[in-house]
Amino acid sequence: MRPVLVKGGRVIDPSRQLDQAADVLIQDGRIAAVESNVTAPEGAETIDASGMVVAPGLVDVHVHLREPGKEAAETVATGARAAAAGGFTSVCAMPNTDPITDNQAAIGFIVKQASAANGARVFPYGAISIGQRGEQLAEFAKLIEAGAIAFSDDGHPVLSSHLMRTALEYAQAFGIPVADHCEEPSLAKGGAMHDGVVSTRLGLKGIPAAAEEIMVARDVILSELTGGHVHLCHISTKGSVDIIRRGKENGVNVTAEVTPHHLTLTHDKCEGYNTNAKMNPPLREEADVVALREALKDGTLDMIATDHAPHHYEAKERDFDDAPFGIVGLETALGLGVKELVNGGVLSLPELMRRMSTEPAKAFHLDAGTLEPGKPADLVIFDPGATWTVEPTEFHSKSRNTPYAGHVLAGRVERTIVGGRTVFQRDS
Amino acid sequence: MIRDSSSSAPSLGKDLLGLEPLSADQIRLVLDTAEPFKEVSERAIKKVPTLRGKTIVNLFYEASTRTRIAFEFAEKRLSADTVNIAAAGSSVEKGENLVDTARNLEAMRIDMVVIRHPASGAAAFLADRIPSNVINAGDGWHEHPTQGLLDLLTIRDKLGRIEGVRVCICGDILHSRVARSNIWGLLKLGAEVAVCGPRSLLPRGIEELGVHVFKHPEEAIEWADVLNVLRLQLERMQAGYIPSLDEYYRVYGITQKRLERAPRDVLILHPGPMNRGVEIDSMVADGPHSAILQQVTNGIAIRMAVLYLLSGGTPERANVAQAEDVPAGVRR
Ligand SMILES: [Zn+2]
Repeated sequence: MRPVLVKGGRVIDPSRQLDQAADVLIQDGRIAAVESNVTAPEGAETIDASGMVVAPGLVDVHVHLREPGKEAAETVATGARAAAAGGFTSVCAMPNTDPITDNQAAIGFIVKQASAANGARVFPYGAISIGQRGEQLAEFAKLIEAGAIAFSDDGHPVLSSHLMRTALEYAQAFGIPVADHCEEPSLAKGGAMHDGVVSTRLGLKGIPAAAEEIMVARDVILSELTGGHVHLCHISTKGSVDIIRRGKENGVNVTAEVTPHHLTLTHDKCEGYNTNAKMNPPLREEADVVALREALKDGTLDMIATDHAPHHYEAKERDFDDAPFGIVGLETALGLGVKELVNGGVLSLPELMRRMSTEPAKAFHLDAGTLEPGKPADLVIFDPGATWTVEPTEFHSKSRNTPYAGHVLAGRVERTIVGGRTVFQRDS
Repeated sequence: MIRDSSSSAPSLGKDLLGLEPLSADQIRLVLDTAEPFKEVSERAIKKVPTLRGKTIVNLFYEASTRTRIAFEFAEKRLSADTVNIAAAGSSVEKGENLVDTARNLEAMRIDMVVIRHPASGAAAFLADRIPSNVINAGDGWHEHPTQGLLDLLTIRDKLGRIEGVRVCICGDILHSRVARSNIWGLLKLGAEVAVCGPRSLLPRGIEELGVHVFKHPEEAIEWADVLNVLRLQLERMQAGYIPSLDEYYRVYGITQKRLERAPRDVLILHPGPMNRGVEIDSMVADGPHSAILQQVTNGIAIRMAVLYLLSGGTPERANVAQAEDVPAGVRR
C-alpha cells in the first residue's frame, strides 16, 4: 500500500490533547507519524490539507442501516458511503433489522456486507433479547465472536427491569456496553411528538419527557446495582440530563449520547405536520436544548450520535400519526456541530472532535478516535470555514428524510480516509 | 399582528383547514355571509343556484351523520353536484389511501372536497396536494372549523356580540377538535375563554393558548356567560382517563342543580350528539337557555357561507344573488 502524507493541516487529536499545525504520515494503513515537516517517503501520495482540519475519523455509535429487510431505505453499503461522506470512519449499526441481529448468522451477514462496503467501517450491535421481545437474553458470547461490539434492543425499550439487570450483569464478563432506548411504553403509547403546547395546538398525542426520564432513572439505578456499563441512547430532556449527572457524580458506570437534532431543533419544527420532524425521542423544548448543550460541554453527555434512521420517501409521505419516526443524520452531523456548537460558542473545535470521535470510540472500545502512531489510519479532513446548503438529493444515503433541507451549515468534509485508503473525496 | 389577507377585501383563500390560521376579519366575513343564507333554509323552496355546475365530494373516513348531513344540505341548497364517499380507513391503510385518494380526486377535476379524517393534519395534507378547495370537516383532535364557526354564530345570535363574552368549554378538551376550533375563533373575536374538565382530559400547555382553566364546573358556572359542553367519548373510560361515566356525571356533569346557582343566565351549547346523563342532563339540554337546536340550524347556514366564499363569492353578492334568484311568491 502506497504511503500517504497529509500535509499542512491543523491536526486536532483529542486523545492526546493535540491541536497544532502538523503533517500526518500514513503507512500500511496505520498512522506512522504526526509531526511538523514530515518528508514524504518515496512514492507517497501527498494530500494538501492547508486550511483544513485533520482529525480522527468521526465515530457514530447509533445508526440504522436497514439491511437486511428494508434495502429500499438503506443498505450497509449506502449507509457506509453516507457515513464516509459525513466524515465518519466507524459506525455502529442497530439490531432492529429484519431479521434481527440476535443470532450469529445475522451478525455475520452485517460483517460480510460491511467488508464489501467502500466506506466507513460498520460494526453491528447484537440484540439484547431474542427477537427484541424483551424476554430471553440473546447469546452475548457467540454474538461477540461473530462481530457484535455492543448490545441493544433499540427501536424498543427494554421494558423488563429484570432483563435489563441481567443483561448489565451478564455483559460484564465481556466488557461491552448495554445500550438502552429509554422510553416507558405506557406513557409513550400512541404518541407522535413531544407532549407540550405544540402537540396541544396540532391535536397530536404527546410523548411526555417523563417517559424517557423514568427509564433513564431506572437504568442508572440498575447500573449502580450491577456495576455494569449502561449506555443511554439519544437523550432528549433536561430531566434525563439531571439524572445522568447525579449518577456520574456517584460514580455510576453510565455513558450517554445526544443527537445533532436534539441539540439544534425544538418541537416547533413539527408545525405544519412536518413528518421529517417526527422522531423518537421527539424534538423537545428550548429549555431541553439548552440543558443538552450544557451537558455535552460538561461531559454529562459523553458523545454525539446521529440515530441515522433512513426511511423511504413514501413512508414519510402520509399523515403525521402514520409516518414512521426518524431522520437521516450522517451527512449533516458535522456541519451542524460546527455551525451550531462551535460557531454557536458551545464547544471548541477540539471539544467537538472529542464528542464525535474520541469519546464514542473509548466508550465502545473501538480501535478508533485517535491519531496516535500505530493506530489505524482513520481520519477526516474538513474545511471548518466552508459553508454549504443541505440539498437532500445530493445525499449518498438512499433516503432523504431530513428536517434540515435548505439549512446552511458550516464545516464541510473534503476527504475521509479509512485504514489509509480514501473512501470519500469531495468533487472539486 | 400580520394579516394574511389584504386589508381591503378579506377572502378565505383556497381552503378552510382551521380557525387558527384565520384572521378576525376572515372569521367575521364567514359569520356575516352566513346571515343571508339562514333565510334560504326558511323558504318553501330551499334552493339557490349559487354553486350550480360545481362538483363537491364529501369524503368521510370517520362516521359522522350530523356533520355530513349538514354539509350535504348546504351543498344541495346551493345547487352543487355532490358525491359522498365513506371510506372505512383502517389505521394501517389510511395514510396510503389519502395519497391515492388525492391523486384520484385531482384526476376527476373535483371543485371542492369536504374531508373528515381521524388523523390530525389530514385536511392540510390533502389541501397541499390537490388544486381543489378543501374544507376540513374535522381532522383528528386538531380542528373542526365549521363547528367552531357555527358556535360563534349561535353565540352572536343569542347574545348580540362575541367580544367580551365569557365562554367556558367543558369536558374532554384533550381529544376535542371542537374545543380547539372554538378556542381560536373565540379568542380572535375578543371573547374570554376558559376550559373545565378533569386534568387528565386537558392537554399540556393549554393555558399557554390564552385560556383560563377551571377545576370544577361550579367555578365555571360562576364565571361564564356561555357553557359549550363537549361530548364525552365513552372510550375515554376504557383508556383510563376517567374512572366511570357515573363519577364523571357526578363531578363534571352540567346539571340543572349546578346551573341554578349561576349569578346570570348561562347560554348552553353542545356540538352533539349528546350523552344525556353523562356530560349534560336533559333539563339543561332542553331548557330555556339551551341553543343546541339553533346550532344545528346555523350549521347549515355556516356551511353554505363557507362553500360560497371558497368558490369565490363575495358577501355583497350573497345578498343580491339570492334576492334575484328567488322566484316571486315563494319569498318568505
Ligand atoms: Zn432509539
